[in-house]
Amino acid sequence: MREISYSEAIREALCEEMRLNPHAYLMGEDVAVFGGVWGVSEGMLAEFGPDRVRDTPISEAAIIGAGLGSAMVGMRPIVEIMFGDFLMCAGDQLVNQVAKARFMSGGKARIPLTIRVTSGAPGSAAAQHSQSPEAWFMNVPGLKIATPSSPADAKGLLKTAIRGDDPVLFFEHKMLYGEKGPVPEDENYTLPFGKADIVRPGTDITVIGISIMVKKALEAAELLSAEGISVEVIDPRTLVPLDKETLIQSVAKTSRVVIAHEAHRRAGPGAEIAAMLAEEAIEYLDGPIIRVGAKNVPLPYGPDMEEFVLPGTKEIIEAIRSLV
Amino acid sequence: MKHDPITQYSRDLLAHLYRKMILVREFELRAIEERRRGLIPGFIHSCVGQEATAVGACAALSREDVITSTHRGHGHLLGKGGDPKYMMAELAGRSTGYCLGRGGSLHLANFDLGILGANGIVGGGFPMAVGAALAYQMRGDDQVALAFFGDGAINEGSFHESANLAGLWKLPVIFFCENNLYGEGTPQSQQAPIADLALRAEGYGFPGHIVDGNDVVAVYKATVKARVRALAGEGPTLIEAKTYRFRGHYEGDPQVYRLPGELAAWKKRDPIPAFRQQLILANIFDESQIVDMEVSVQAELDEAVNFATDSPFPAVEEALKGVYANTHEGLVF
Repeated sequence: MREISYSEAIREALCEEMRLNPHAYLMGEDVAVFGGVWGVSEGMLAEFGPDRVRDTPISEAAIIGAGLGSAMVGMRPIVEIMFGDFLMCAGDQLVNQVAKARFMSGGKARIPLTIRVTSGAPGSAAAQHSQSPEAWFMNVPGLKIATPSSPADAKGLLKTAIRGDDPVLFFEHKMLYGEKGPVPEDENYTLPFGKADIVRPGTDITVIGISIMVKKALEAAELLSAEGISVEVIDPRTLVPLDKETLIQSVAKTSRVVIAHEAHRRAGPGAEIAAMLAEEAIEYLDGPIIRVGAKNVPLPYGPDMEEFVLPGTKEIIEAIRSLV
Repeated sequence: MKHDPITQYSRDLLAHLYRKMILVREFELRAIEERRRGLIPGFIHSCVGQEATAVGACAALSREDVITSTHRGHGHLLGKGGDPKYMMAELAGRSTGYCLGRGGSLHLANFDLGILGANGIVGGGFPMAVGAALAYQMRGDDQVALAFFGDGAINEGSFHESANLAGLWKLPVIFFCENNLYGEGTPQSQQAPIADLALRAEGYGFPGHIVDGNDVVAVYKATVKARVRALAGEGPTLIEAKTYRFRGHYEGDPQVYRLPGELAAWKKRDPIPAFRQQLILANIFDESQIVDMEVSVQAELDEAVNFATDSPFPAVEEALKGVYANTHEGLVF
């Protein structure tokens, strides 16, 4: 299979879906002429024109809210929020309007709105451009949350998001944009939400990795395999809905679990997953559930401090060793 | 504008305006009464006194046009064609309500009628209206979106972002401000440095007009003009309708903030008796025809209250439905 980057895979999904559906359009800050500050939408203006690939003012609430309004009357908007940190500028629209409109209307509103947003620390971007805010929104019923970790997953999950009739927060990790991998060319290739991926099978311990931490968990698994430790790496792919069954089955097999994410440790996605496993799989566990995440401080600017605060392969290995 | 003879408008339109205003007024009074009697469990933010804005503006729209409404939204919904039965049932939390009892007064919506939703958040509806207008512009549909809001909401950031975007892209949207002089319990004069909020439109590159919000025909006329402009591709209009609410921000509000004599002075400008008198003086309807309309409204509201009272509550498990369109069979969210 041909290999393309995470960024190219996302662009391919966008272009394919916009060719298939005339009501799909892309809107956001610098997405058209600039091609997106991450380069994801490069070339799309030329193909689709300024009506369907729209540069907006720096107005996150209007971007998300206008996406919502247009979705309610039959469009299929894909909006881009340049940094996940900026979602807070659109907090009301996202949490009180987008997430709740369908429920409040008695299940009658149809909101096929995909909100593409970047997450993660790209290196010395400091505290307001580096966050991984997925868990903030896990506590808001009405949103779906996807966290692709590979080019193929990015394409398949994004196409599902665009084709679905619900609002989706689609988190693209900034440090994954350049990652290459095999990606199906089939325009009908999609990946279901709520179906975890057993990225690397193993028998001694389960590492549940989210977004870029899947890559780091794989590195840890490879290093530890030399010592005879067999690590199973699982990527939930979507945090809402969450594939509990696959996670529980893995824990039933390995009896040990580490959950790794780049979000802060306190009340990050791992807190929910750990609580779920404690409630539903405690009888399989031979040790504590360990979470690996960023330290509970804002992300610092200086490279050494940043590396100290962020979780990495080393922290995953330490967590695994403490259990095996 | 005030001096235009109302005889230039069709009898049907004038009958519609009068009957709808009565319907809004009486719906509110019934809802307040039914809340007191226990039929309605939640908040009511009544629009008594503001009937002319809701009815006049909605009368200028087509069925396919959409509105976004506010916490004070019953008048907007009735104006846009909402059926008092399903509205009253929703206020009573019944399964026959517009939102199956999940929304209540603050979240009434009906997409078939172009009502994208009342809103519990002040300023929450602006971006939604702008988005609907964007869809119409992209598709070339002859439709507009009208965002109702109050003088309080114009100070929310969402207004700025939405008005800027709509002005920039010349979207077919009407920003309809019901300036009732109070944002919740604080006078408008203490919430903005200008009294005429229509002035703000200039900064977004579109016109702002002030209209007497207690004159239903003037409101209708201003909204027609804004709609024509929107459909011509010339962009948004801000209409500031000066009006006043006769009751509290919410039912139960002690209203300590009103100036002495203010309410009495505004009651002299009640939009309904004034219009009634105009209709009779201009020989458009006689007293008995007017009374027939008033009686029919009471009958419609009797039916609405009975319908709500007789409707079942939803089974509690219904609360677990309707969050997502695609529920991924077997998965628990």
